[in-house]
Amino acid sequence: MTSSREAFMALLGKDLRTELRTMRSLPAMVLFAVTTFIIFRYGLDRTTLSGSLAGGVLWTTLLFAGILGINRIFVSELEEGGFDAIRLAPVDRTVLFTSKVAALFIYLAVLQLIVVPVFAVFFLPDWSALGPLVAVLIGANLGFSVLGTLISSMAVNSRARDLLVPLLLLPLVVPLMIAATAASAGLFDAAGPDYDGFGTWLLVVGLYDGIFLLVGYAVFDFLLED
Amino acid sequence: MDDRPNAATTGAAIRLSGLSREYGDRLALRDIDLTVARGETMVLLGPNGSGKSTMLRILATLLRPTSGEVRVLESLLPDESWKLRGRIGYLGHEPLLYRDLTGRENLQLQAKLHGIPKEEADARIEHDLDLLEMGRRADDRVTGFSAGMRQRIAICRAVLHRPELLLLDEPDSNLDPEGRELSRALIGPAEGRTRVLVSHEPDRARAEADLVVTLDRTGGITNQPDETADPGDQHEAGAGR
Repeated sequence: MTSSREAFMALLGKDLRTELRTMRSLPAMVLFAVTTFIIFRYGLDRTTLSGSLAGGVLWTTLLFAGILGINRIFVSELEEGGFDAIRLAPVDRTVLFTSKVAALFIYLAVLQLIVVPVFAVFFLPDWSALGPLVAVLIGANLGFSVLGTLISSMAVNSRARDLLVPLLLLPLVVPLMIAATAASAGLFDAAGPDYDGFGTWLLVVGLYDGIFLLVGYAVFDFLLED
Repeated sequence: MDDRPNAATTGAAIRLSGLSREYGDRLALRDIDLTVARGETMVLLGPNGSGKSTMLRILATLLRPTSGEVRVLESLLPDESWKLRGRIGYLGHEPLLYRDLTGRENLQLQAKLHGIPKEEADARIEHDLDLLEMGRRADDRVTGFSAGMRQRIAICRAVLHRPELLLLDEPDSNLDPEGRELSRALIGPAEGRTRVLVSHEPDRARAEADLVVTLDRTGGITNQPDETADPGDQHEAGAGR
């Protein structure tokens, strides 16, 4: 068997190289998020947001921008035969799962690196929340990447995958979004970051990540069968 | 009785017994029995939709049989399919190449997935690309290749890990006469190389076949030898057992 680390690096490198060359996912995700912030800014007619409203605007936007990336994460494997190539190779099939989770995590991190400062410029009078927000972003990204990869691998064979992914993903991601929004709400408090409940909600995010990582690892092999 | 020297011995490369495969209500393969010895070339003939590609995908572990026993390189499928990974070279209708990578990057990725050390992989890639006269275009993206060039790179991909068993689904498709000739060094008959070859060119395929199997439209082996057969040279599976 090929070492899983080598295979993981090879597959992740392939995905990142392809995205850098084609820019099929990230620009659309960034454009969607920035446009949504502009709509919220003028739609709500507010120059500052705080508390749960700020958290809600941020996470709703990141969720729907992320779905654009999830929809495409397995398309090249389906259309260009990657699934078959990996099934023929002496590698643990869950390597494909972990490499896709990592690729999606990196896409989301790059997205957030660009759009969270835009959110801060549009809506936050004080940027002191951004430091601790990084922990919530990392935790939520992991859960979202794991669930997104799992759902995308199930939907990719369907011609209606653009419809199926949100249909399957959104109900399952609700607990993660509630936890991430609640963890962020205190950070966006008008009086400055409030850490009451922050640790608890962060723990919920971590639990969600752990559960879906285990589920993904356990079932992904079966999802690749004919 | 089958009178091929190695066909009935233990260690056959492929042994199928009662193999059937259904797609929903449609029977794609029906009760197939056959044996291919190590080092032999089996040619699969038959009209479109007769199950040739399905049989190849089952042998490649990409598809599960619905019923029957399938042994490939002494591994029982699908339970022991993990034992076969890396031992089969599969060239299907799709080239299994990423369009936005270059030809060389595709081969390097394949080498990494098969755990080939970098120096050895680079040497093999150079050698195979040169054999198929693709060295000059190897650093171009696959998306800019013609169908024939894609097929040449796909052939390199299929044999890069030097498999024991080659499963070739119309390997000459899209290749010009020169490409067909060049590709023989990598996927043609060779000492110890077991091959299953799907072809729509019976005359050409028969020339290198040890065993010819003709499937009919119901997915079974037909007892009617192809009219182009030379009965002295090969064995018709349908008539022979």
